[in-house]
Amino acid sequence: MPSYVITEKCDGCKAQDKTACQYICPHDLMTLDREKMKAYNQEPEQCWECYNCVKICPQQAIEVRGYSDFVPLGASTIPMRGSDSIMWTIKFRNGLTKRFKFPIRTTAEGSVDPYAGEPEPDYSKIKEPGFFTGPARKE
Amino acid sequence: MEKETCTFSYCARPEVTEVDCDLLIIGGGMAGCGAAFEGCRWANPKKLKVVLVDKAATDRSGAVAMGLSAINTYIGENKVVDYVKYVRNDLMGIIREDLVYDLGRHVDDSVHHFEVWGLPIWKKGDDGFSMDGHQAREAGKPLLKDGGVPCRSGKWQIMINGESYKVVVAEAAKKALQTNREATGMAQNHFERVFIVKPVMDKNDPKRVAAAAGFSVRENKIYLFKAKAMIVASGGTVNAFRPRSTGEGMGRTWYPVFNGGSGYAFGMLAGAEMTLMENRFVPARFKDGYGPVGAWFLFFKAKATDSLGNDYCADKEYFEDAVQRYGDYAKNLGTAIRNHLMMRAMKDGRGPIIMNTHTAMAEFSKAIKEKLGEKEGAKKIKHLEAEAWEDFLDMAIGQASLWAANNVEPDKVPSEIMPTEPYLLGSHAGCAGFWVSGPGDIPGTPAEWSWGYNRMSTVPGLFMAGDVVGASGHKFSSGSHAEGRLAAKAAIAYILDNPNYTPTPNKSADEIAAELYLPFELYEKYKTYTTDDNVNPHYIRPKAIQARLMKLSDEYFGGVATWYMTSKTMLEEGLKKLELLKEDCQRMAAKDLHELLRCWENYHRVLSVEAHARHILFREESRYPGYYYRGDFNFIDDKNWKCFTNSVYHADTNTWEFKKVPYVQIFQ
Repeated sequence: MPSYVITEKCDGCKAQDKTACQYICPHDLMTLDREKMKAYNQEPEQCWECYNCVKICPQQAIEVRGYSDFVPLGASTIPMRGSDSIMWTIKFRNGLTKRFKFPIRTTAEGSVDPYAGEPEPDYSKIKEPGFFTGPARKE
Repeated sequence: MEKETCTFSYCARPEVTEVDCDLLIIGGGMAGCGAAFEGCRWANPKKLKVVLVDKAATDRSGAVAMGLSAINTYIGENKVVDYVKYVRNDLMGIIREDLVYDLGRHVDDSVHHFEVWGLPIWKKGDDGFSMDGHQAREAGKPLLKDGGVPCRSGKWQIMINGESYKVVVAEAAKKALQTNREATGMAQNHFERVFIVKPVMDKNDPKRVAAAAGFSVRENKIYLFKAKAMIVASGGTVNAFRPRSTGEGMGRTWYPVFNGGSGYAFGMLAGAEMTLMENRFVPARFKDGYGPVGAWFLFFKAKATDSLGNDYCADKEYFEDAVQRYGDYAKNLGTAIRNHLMMRAMKDGRGPIIMNTHTAMAEFSKAIKEKLGEKEGAKKIKHLEAEAWEDFLDMAIGQASLWAANNVEPDKVPSEIMPTEPYLLGSHAGCAGFWVSGPGDIPGTPAEWSWGYNRMSTVPGLFMAGDVVGASGHKFSSGSHAEGRLAAKAAIAYILDNPNYTPTPNKSADEIAAELYLPFELYEKYKTYTTDDNVNPHYIRPKAIQARLMKLSDEYFGGVATWYMTSKTMLEEGLKKLELLKEDCQRMAAKDLHELLRCWENYHRVLSVEAHARHILFREESRYPGYYYRGDFNFIDDKNWKCFTNSVYHADTNTWEFKKVPYVQIFQ
């Protein structure tokens, strides 16, 4: 479903070092109108609806409207992504609302130390099965 | 048509940046992140420079950009050899068993690392019910690497809370790249928003790739990455066949819409040998939203039926016909055959095909209440409902919205499922890609299947990982990460064995800039000729290239328009038209950097579809019913075609070479 940007809420990320939605969109869709200083989705029919722009927007200015070729109006799916979990609010066309909370990670963001406690690479085994972390599984 | 060239008479000349490195990783998805994690560790003590280039932001790039609700390859308590048999069965008998076995014996180490880095993995609770990643941690359940018991949805699949799966994996890769900067003194080795367009061959050795050429999607800058070895990890091909939704919903592809065939195109242009490029994947998914069905089938035990409630897989007429045409392969009811039987029912007007979510939930709920009583049971059922929705919210959010917009509560009403448009890929349930060297140590493997460096293509120094490795499907996210690691380790060995190689591109940076920026030059040169820059006889805009490609692939190469049916005559007619489209790609026009990206992505789509169509033409049988059919050979012919189909594209002469390579069964 193509993302859209709410005019009143978008501030063009002028206080940030880069436009958040433009930075994160995997398909280079979100872009900044420099005259208006507002972001928009420049190619809605190429939107995968991954919600990464919605999740990252510091102003919560981005939402999603169902693909016009098959989604009826009136529903919404809104995430609130925190540091260790995400909250979803799904509003049905008939008004029914569902809320879910799911874990997203078990460690603090930025805390990954990829080589902590891992062995040094053993170059005598570079052409054998296995990774630097140890030999391959045997059966 | 007159050949156009770019002399920067109309468009601005870009700045050119040359980057020298030892190992270049093209693509920052799961395979690329795996390559960075493994590669930097081997590179650092030797002060070898590792560079990763990604057309997007690595935190959210590749097929896992949205997230995932399951890891589909975790061997765990199972046997690797059984994994090989399962992959062989699902891919209709022809796989590189050495590659698949090698993947299987390595993949769990990647999954164990994901969990340590912070990916929440469901665990089995003491009461037999599932716990999410946080509940499991609070209950003191051990990690998988310490013997923790995952929650299996199928024999090979484990459930996760995967909204941030890619963010977590990318964090490890980015930190690994940082350690490489510290070890080598390189100022930058992680380039985001740089799109690699093509290989540049070596002046001294025309068989080798000396550099990868690309451009920044953010500023007027061309990049030339010179490397001693490269890993292609830039995904499969999506949006190359006309999709079922042709309006805004064109973007709601099952596989990521941003997979533009760039991985295939890069290897093809370098002259790397391909295998099984005729293979494709046509998933049956929830209609329009393309939400996943795996958890519904495997975890919730939902049944799919025709609209009258019949199990189409048990239809006597359809099944007997399938066995007659496709032999014992039909009896195993792999993914392709189940698709085939579903299509038979749809073509007979027995659709829509229904996933009976409501009856599955009712049975699940009844069993839970019987076991736990009314009150405790109700709590568990609420958790179960959340799990069902999470399956969508983690990886196909649009499906959740589609249900909400149609007032669909899955415990009350069923939902339609439908086979999608075709996709080209080698990491999910498909196996189209390049012919690569195996590990070489697995008994029974033909000697010629290994040429010294694991996952190296037939082009020296050019390695493959993830979607672009052929004949080795069912790797999924975890397997792609593990394969990136295998390729990176072998690539470092290759670099250490060839210390004296100095990449020498056979073209100057200026020549390359002129090639990459030709669509800018053409746009600027001709844009004022007409009053509307969209309609102009001198050039073709990227959207038009894509529309033409989608239409002809759909109509001639077995898309949804013909119910996946094609033939020699159809393919040959379509290939003639494709050749003209390929020529017209020399007249691509772009008004800005975003369109320049789209131009070259669509060129990559055109190339990969050509390989696909030519391979279908070469294989004179219907090896993958339910994915595509050769109407003139609508049967499986093991006698003549139980073999690999390999090809090489010669870009300099625009010619193709094809051959059969014998299939060898390694595991009985």
